[in-house]
Amino acid sequence: MSAVEQVQEQGSNILTDVVVRFAGDSGDGMQLTGNNFTEATAIYGNDLATFPDFPAEIRAPAGATFGVSAFQIYFGSEDVTTAGDDVDVLVAMNPAALITNLKELVPGGLIIADADAFTAKNLARAGYKDNPLEDGSLDAYRLISIDITKRVIDTVKPHGLSHKFAVRCKNMWTLGLTMWLFDRSRDAAIDGLRTKFAKAPDIAEANVAAINAGHAYGETAELPTGVEVYKVPRASVEPGLYRNTTGTEALAYGIIAGGQLAELPIVFASYPITPASGLLHSLSSQKQFEVMTFQAEDEIAAVCAAIGASFAGSLGVTSSSGPGISLKAEAISLACATELPLLIVNTQRGGPSTGLPTKTEQSDLNQSIFGRHGDTALPVISASTSVDCFDVAIEAVRIATKYRTPVILLSDGYMANASEPWHVPDFNSYEPFPVTFETNPEGFSPAKRDPETLARVWAKPGTPGMEHRIGGIEKDYVSGDISYDSDNHQKMTDIRKAKIDGIANDIPDQEVVLGNTKGKLAVVGWGSTFGAIHQAVKRGLAEGLDVAHIHIRHMWPMPSNLEALLSGYENVLIPEMNTGQLIKIIRAEFLIDAKGLNKISGQPFKIREIESAIKEQLESSK
Amino acid sequence: MNAPIKLTAKDYATDQEVRWCPGCGDYAILKAIQKLMPELDVPKENSVFVSGIGCSSRFPYYMNTFGFHTIHGRAPSVATGVKLANPELDVWVVTGDGDGLSIGGNHMMHALRRNVDLNILLFNNEIYGLTKGQYSPTSQVGTKSPSTPDGSVDLPLTPCTFAIGAGARFVARSIDTEMKHLTSQLTKAHAHKGASFVEILQNCPVYNDGIFDHVKDKKTSADTRLVLENGKPMLFGTDNSKGLRLNTANLTLEVVTLGEEGVTESDIMVHDETNKVLAQMLSELKSPDYPLPVGVIYQAPAPAYVTDVYNQRIKVREAKGAADVNALLQSGHTWTV
Repeated sequence: MSAVEQVQEQGSNILTDVVVRFAGDSGDGMQLTGNNFTEATAIYGNDLATFPDFPAEIRAPAGATFGVSAFQIYFGSEDVTTAGDDVDVLVAMNPAALITNLKELVPGGLIIADADAFTAKNLARAGYKDNPLEDGSLDAYRLISIDITKRVIDTVKPHGLSHKFAVRCKNMWTLGLTMWLFDRSRDAAIDGLRTKFAKAPDIAEANVAAINAGHAYGETAELPTGVEVYKVPRASVEPGLYRNTTGTEALAYGIIAGGQLAELPIVFASYPITPASGLLHSLSSQKQFEVMTFQAEDEIAAVCAAIGASFAGSLGVTSSSGPGISLKAEAISLACATELPLLIVNTQRGGPSTGLPTKTEQSDLNQSIFGRHGDTALPVISASTSVDCFDVAIEAVRIATKYRTPVILLSDGYMANASEPWHVPDFNSYEPFPVTFETNPEGFSPAKRDPETLARVWAKPGTPGMEHRIGGIEKDYVSGDISYDSDNHQKMTDIRKAKIDGIANDIPDQEVVLGNTKGKLAVVGWGSTFGAIHQAVKRGLAEGLDVAHIHIRHMWPMPSNLEALLSGYENVLIPEMNTGQLIKIIRAEFLIDAKGLNKISGQPFKIREIESAIKEQLESSK
Repeated sequence: MNAPIKLTAKDYATDQEVRWCPGCGDYAILKAIQKLMPELDVPKENSVFVSGIGCSSRFPYYMNTFGFHTIHGRAPSVATGVKLANPELDVWVVTGDGDGLSIGGNHMMHALRRNVDLNILLFNNEIYGLTKGQYSPTSQVGTKSPSTPDGSVDLPLTPCTFAIGAGARFVARSIDTEMKHLTSQLTKAHAHKGASFVEILQNCPVYNDGIFDHVKDKKTSADTRLVLENGKPMLFGTDNSKGLRLNTANLTLEVVTLGEEGVTESDIMVHDETNKVLAQMLSELKSPDYPLPVGVIYQAPAPAYVTDVYNQRIKVREAKGAADVNALLQSGHTWTV
């Protein structure tokens, strides 16, 4: 039943949760509209999750289906961990937006459409023979067809904008109407517009007028029965200070925080690539912190500059997405061979090759764990939500600096762009892990190791008496000089492996997120599938099913209790947005006969997809 | 505190056995640099040598400074990272014609145009030595090698022309066995702020022996070598009897003999190392029609990248005030529950 139908049936306008999707041309400002609505919703006090879904084309031809940009938000009065399975309210700024998003809309759902954009040309371009706003084909839904463009032009006329700029205000008009529909405050959006267009007050005021006009339309127009102001009660969340964050932002802050906890300056070297560039942008505007950013000429130069920086006593960080990480592979092995700290962030996208640059996937786990020449084990750690990126970045910095090793941190296009409310942590509550550099020339060798962690000494250039050479050639275990000795190579390979394996003793035990620590079925996930698995397991538990949710952060080495934990379940189900990568590791490492649930469509899992896999699994193992 | 003890070339040598082939030009370059280092007024611990892969790239192992033998072609990038992390360091890049101009051509180009304060030494022997003698991007057409048994057919590039084209602000050329000349070029390169590029003609006695003999041979070098000096007329030959004159009709340099056809010294073009057009012409001259120019071909300082990066950061910090992670976390729109 759609949210709108619920209202009619129950005679109440109170909803527990709603999914709204804004869709339009890539130049229509849908992402901005969505972000403004998200902020208003967060301030209102709902829990929420968002899903920006945009094309790779920056400005596709107007009205083209491949140029549709959408922003989905799921908000409610209970905990929200995904952007929602089905859409309750679809805002369609043109026929292309309608035709590409209608299949997501629940029967009885609400469509808000800009009738002015349903011209013969746009209809033809979207593939409509007749105008769906008029031919009755949308009878299964509730339709509000409004001449938005015309209204916007009339509204902003007093501000003297050209036609082109006037039309651009229609996203704000639509935002105003949607805010009325869900009783959101317009204040933050209006403040934001006035700040953004401080140098062009005409544009700012025209946009403000558009928001207010859209809102006023909702108040005064005679809308179809059942379309009224909906109330979505505030979620009961832990008291404290909140903000919204995307994964990219949280990751940037986590890198800065990690650097401070390690008492190390950061050199962040990167090359633009979708969807990872945001991290470079974010850190580039934080020059007040000890974080130096460098846009290199290519991916290889970026990782090499980061390695050079680590050699010189900073923490080198580089960032990319799948194809770029492939280019960095040789250099990452150099960092393994020279045992220098390095952080590599991979914001995964649809592959292979250019694949689906703006869509999400988690298909680089194999590449992260195995994708290098030589025996080069390194730690791999993955974030599960936008907010989680902060803590994961700190943990990655801790491991890289403590063990003098490259660490790969996996994020993905979904969590990088999606935003969710963040209970802002107190940085003072984090335990520092300061790095100690070697400064004593007495008996110094660049091959010296910490007997406990097996980490190599770090002696930085500029320190008197510590002059030494490192490189990619195999090194003598004792002196660090070049060595082609066969026994020595065995010993060095073993010690490099032992160092990485040993990290398993320095990470938290694997916990169970939801459900019992043994039983019939464990759903084991990693990365941004967290939200969908969480809700599916929660629903399963509510129905009395024997199911648990386990979510792995430390992908390599894995927590030392993981094998024992998984062995306590009769069945293990592993949903992944790839053809089965974690499952192979679980099977190979633990000889556990896990089953996979795989989706490689560029879209996140829906809750019900995992729910039905859970039921199927429990059914078939009866 | 006692006055610092003056270091010598020996202090810059390591205990590692040098593993180049007997007669390799690299020995002479190593010796020149070990001798030069104590004269540069740089604390030993602040010197860093970064290299890629190839015979020349073994260089850091023999210098008792900080050193990083990295991966093929990427030394300029690693060195850029070193310099970004600590601008106080004196960073040298040692590379070869294959490492620096083939696999690493892109990084070389960007280190030069970005003007990172690095001293880049490109040992050019016109051959791949470490992989056993394949032709390189600087090999002359017709070079017979294991991968070109019938002679190479692709056109070579000229390192100094490449460097000028990439936007380098200091470009010089010298010869492995000319210790005095080499040392003076390295001294100038070191003094230059920003990226400095020095091509060193280096003999590979195993795979490309004698390729530069015409320039190096004392009997012929007077006619085959043009020693550039800023502000001096570009004279060469026995008794400086020949020189380069600018043909203004077709904008080329031409070889003329003093006293012939009324040519006097005033007709000879004076070297101006800040003249980029002249530098481009000079960088391309080669035998048999022209003498090979050695010395500083081009020098025109510009702001160095890392210096400007730090200056920008200082400005932002002055405007934004102290850094505070909690303030960062609480920035933007927040609300209290």
